[in-house]
Amino acid sequence: MNLYWQIFFVFAKIGTFTIGGGYAMLPLIQREVVDRKQWISKDDFVDMIAVSQTVPGILAVNIAIFTGHKLKNNTGSIVATLGAVLPSFLIILAIAMFFRQFMDNIWVQKMFNAIRPAVVALIAVPVFTTAKTVGVNIKTIIIPIASAFLIWYWGVSPIYIILIAGLGGLIYGIIERR
Amino acid sequence: MIYLQLFISFFKIGLFGFGGGYAMLPLIQNEVVDKHGWMTLQEFTDIVAVSQMTPGPIGINSATYVGYTATQSIWGSVIATFAVCLPSFIIVLLIVRSYKKFRTNKYVNDAFKGLRPATVGLIAAAALLLMNQENFIDYKSIIIFVVAFVATMFLKLHPILMILLAAVAGLIIY
Repeated sequence: MNLYWQIFFVFAKIGTFTIGGGYAMLPLIQREVVDRKQWISKDDFVDMIAVSQTVPGILAVNIAIFTGHKLKNNTGSIVATLGAVLPSFLIILAIAMFFRQFMDNIWVQKMFNAIRPAVVALIAVPVFTTAKTVGVNIKTIIIPIASAFLIWYWGVSPIYIILIAGLGGLIYGIIERR
Repeated sequence: MIYLQLFISFFKIGLFGFGGGYAMLPLIQNEVVDKHGWMTLQEFTDIVAVSQMTPGPIGINSATYVGYTATQSIWGSVIATFAVCLPSFIIVLLIVRSYKKFRTNKYVNDAFKGLRPATVGLIAAAALLLMNQENFIDYKSIIIFVVAFVATMFLKLHPILMILLAAVAGLIIY
């Protein structure tokens, strides 16, 4: 099989079988790309993940672009991204076309009345787990608190928070090294 | 021109989306619910629920969904999904030849010392923004929230199972 098709199918498989986004995708990407296809070495993969998390955007898309580029330059990147995106694109498009009709159903409304607060809980949990992995301590805890409060209470755009946090870190690092 | 607005909004989301899907939520919410009113906060919560249960990253899922609902056309989905991926393309292709140096670059690392704790705040903001009267309709909502929080945080219940259980609970109590 032509390498382009292989890239497409591997990423389509990753896109189809990982529910829950980027981090859930990592083990599957590694199994396909490093262990089975041996397109990239383990070391390169670890580097790629680290950089993919550093640049903005969707993690799975960043990894697809990197891997595709390693194999077949720019065209490889495009093919890998198409593969990664297409399954969820088709599924969500189908849902979007029928969701509003679906929501008119009384039983569906009952279900979603209970699903909504549960989803808020699903988002509240990673606040604490991420705080732990990121290593938020007594010195840095003001950063997440201030960011959350500025966005939630004062309606500050998250874009400003990201710019200020990045610049703040940069300036702090420069001062610290003096 | 709605297609141009969609493109710009999702390009911004792709460009400033740091720290994974949950940290992107307030950014998406800000553009899609607050600025343009392409969906209500309740609908936004629903699409987060659907995203949890369907394959793919939430950034892609919301772009595809919003693109369609805002325009009632497949082209809206195509443009929004393309736009959210485009910044990644530009940036990754710019650094792909020197990414090992990029990884150890001290300025990049410095910026991330500020960005990483901020992403925790972004996720917290997403949770707080969704705690409103559209999603919490009565005292039962609060009970569901607390039970779901404890079950996922401490009992490590899988998110999909959590949503399914909530759906069953909804059929019974509402």
